[in-house]
Amino acid sequence: MAKLTFTGGIHPYDGKAMSKDKPIQDIPPGAELVYPLSQHIGAPAKAVCAKGDRVLAGQKIAEAGGFVSAPVYASVSGTVKAVEPRRVVTGDMVMSIVVENDGLYEDTGFYPVAPLEKLSREEILDIIREAGIVGMGGAGFPTHVKLSPKEPKKIEYVIANCAECEPYLTSDYRRMLEEPEKLIQGLKIILRLFENANGILAVEDNKPDCVRLLRQLTRDEPRISVKALKTKYPQGGERTLIYAVTGRKINSTMLPADVGCVVNNVDTIVAVYRAVMEGRPLMERIITVTGDAVAAPGNFRVKIGTSYQDILEAAGGFRTKPEKIVCGGPMMGFAMFDLNVPSTKTSTALLGLTKDEVSAMEPGPCINCGRCAEVCPGRVVPSRLADDAERFEEQAFLDHYGMECCECGCCSFICPARRPLTQEIKSMRKILLAKRKK
Amino acid sequence: MSGLFQVSSNPHIRSKATTAGIMLAVIVALMPAAGYGIYHFGPRALAVILVTIASTVLTEFLFGLYRKKMTITDLSAVVTGLLLALNLPVTIPLWMAALGGVFAILVVKMLFGGLGQNFMNPALAARCFLLISFPTQMTAFDCDAWTGATPLALLKAGEQVNVLDMVWGRTGGTIGETSVVALVVGACFLILLGVIDLRIPGSYLVSFVLFVGLFGGRGFDPAYLSAQLAGGGLMLGAFFMATDYVTRPITVKGQYIFGVFLGIMTGIFRIFGPGAEGVSYAIILGNLLVPLIEKFTMPVAFGYRRGGARHAK
Repeated sequence: MAKLTFTGGIHPYDGKAMSKDKPIQDIPPGAELVYPLSQHIGAPAKAVCAKGDRVLAGQKIAEAGGFVSAPVYASVSGTVKAVEPRRVVTGDMVMSIVVENDGLYEDTGFYPVAPLEKLSREEILDIIREAGIVGMGGAGFPTHVKLSPKEPKKIEYVIANCAECEPYLTSDYRRMLEEPEKLIQGLKIILRLFENANGILAVEDNKPDCVRLLRQLTRDEPRISVKALKTKYPQGGERTLIYAVTGRKINSTMLPADVGCVVNNVDTIVAVYRAVMEGRPLMERIITVTGDAVAAPGNFRVKIGTSYQDILEAAGGFRTKPEKIVCGGPMMGFAMFDLNVPSTKTSTALLGLTKDEVSAMEPGPCINCGRCAEVCPGRVVPSRLADDAERFEEQAFLDHYGMECCECGCCSFICPARRPLTQEIKSMRKILLAKRKK
Repeated sequence: MSGLFQVSSNPHIRSKATTAGIMLAVIVALMPAAGYGIYHFGPRALAVILVTIASTVLTEFLFGLYRKKMTITDLSAVVTGLLLALNLPVTIPLWMAALGGVFAILVVKMLFGGLGQNFMNPALAARCFLLISFPTQMTAFDCDAWTGATPLALLKAGEQVNVLDMVWGRTGGTIGETSVVALVVGACFLILLGVIDLRIPGSYLVSFVLFVGLFGGRGFDPAYLSAQLAGGGLMLGAFFMATDYVTRPITVKGQYIFGVFLGIMTGIFRIFGPGAEGVSYAIILGNLLVPLIEKFTMPVAFGYRRGGARHAK
């Protein structure tokens, strides 16, 4: 059988061996937790607490700022120390709620709204929206918006993105091995929203144990199947994933729903399960802490808002001084200059690399080898786009499909001349997107 | 601020491939052809090769000094020098070989902006420059190893040639073009490494055979066709010159069109032209068409239809 995959892509060193066999551990949060009001795509949340307020774990501290937005919950009990701009992973200052942890972990008490069978479609969506769930694979698009397409009857596939194609990351892998029933039950909840849809658990074939386990557990689920995908980065990108699983193609101007698909990441689906079945809002997530500079790589259940410094200390700190630390995977993650920034709903990993092979690289001239075009999953010619971006030729950039770039990083990875192709295209896109908003 | 870490844009890992590595692979792949040339034509072939490479590298070095930007470490000048030498007859005066090297690097490459900016293959452009400037010396193929006309010239005159000798390279011609075996061994090495692929050589050779079969006046006579394939600079050109990254289209479709164009042009030059050979001119002409070919073959992005809207709004 031909393997399910896409055209383009790369096979980087995957580095997963360091942490894949480490069971998920709980780590205690530090003394201070920071909750940025913008942890998602869309309008920032609005704080509903003030300095001096005592809050409990599970208490809503900020409400959604619009339909495309998500509320934020305290993940510990304590006192609101400040509502002020704080630095986040990207280096920006973002309005945040700062909570001093009292170490008591008092919570509001969690109860499911009603048994699943009694819940209507609207009630399920309400619970998901109220729980503050956003796409936890990294993009942070509010999940209730994703699950509310114009014509729910036209959705044919609900795809669970279990690809985890980013090198080094193993949090989804551990989640699938340790809590597969929550993932499957979460998928079943989402399937209740789409009566004509089938559920697909799409796993890269470098995780055969997950494929086997999930197949076994879904044997009696007529609406759910498990599909093994060829291991290739970026197999877990939304567009590449939909294509691999269904053969349907979407471009940047379309939504998955346009081709009858809804895609959600493993952690997001488990968050849906916890919100609907246990009544718990989104307060924690799994983060992989790994890299050759980290003393004890592993996978950790983290209270959202915990600073990376505290997370790192829980993983035993650095073995050697790292040159670079990355929030997220090595292909799409952000390099951080400081560890004193909070983890958020979309934090997937903390990577400590002893050698920064990239910053010191001298880019050379393009020799037109075409490798970037060969690996680009968007099927564009990155070297030409980077030229357009360098010259700031807006029309040429658009005509060469510059807006189709998903910033996966394959072109920069493969470029023998070491050109920062992704960076140049990314910057140009940012400028043009900002222009479009005006 | 010493506690801060380094930052840069994603991705944070890179593949091992480098420009110099690719150039080195091409140099290694040309070794069988160069080695055979030295074996077949004698030590003077080695002298021509060394002089030409010294000339290209030195030219790039001096230009680098002048522009305060040293680029010889990317090895591309060595590749150009080696390719040019393999395209020269063994009897060429050494100063001419050196002049060719200077022309290739200075005029064709550096004056247009250096590596990646030249619109013609520097080695081939230099060969054509020498061919026009010194036609007698550039076509003097009589030497110790071979006297008389080249197989292609014999073929054009309607005489018999020994195809097996041509495949091994026991014929007259330029230093690196005679041995099909040596060239194909090198090409296989590059294909296995993924440095080149068969798109351009394949479409080049297939369209050439079809053209010569249809218009060569000898029909699809296997002996004639294989002599045409094995003769002259076709193998060297198809695998090592037409595949030059900088001067071939970057688009996949464009590469096929480019290959077919080269095949047809080589056929036209060989059959209807005054000379027996046509590979160099065909490739150089093809190089000039690359921007046009690319313009019409730019790929359509994932999820779009050809001719449809290209972006939102």
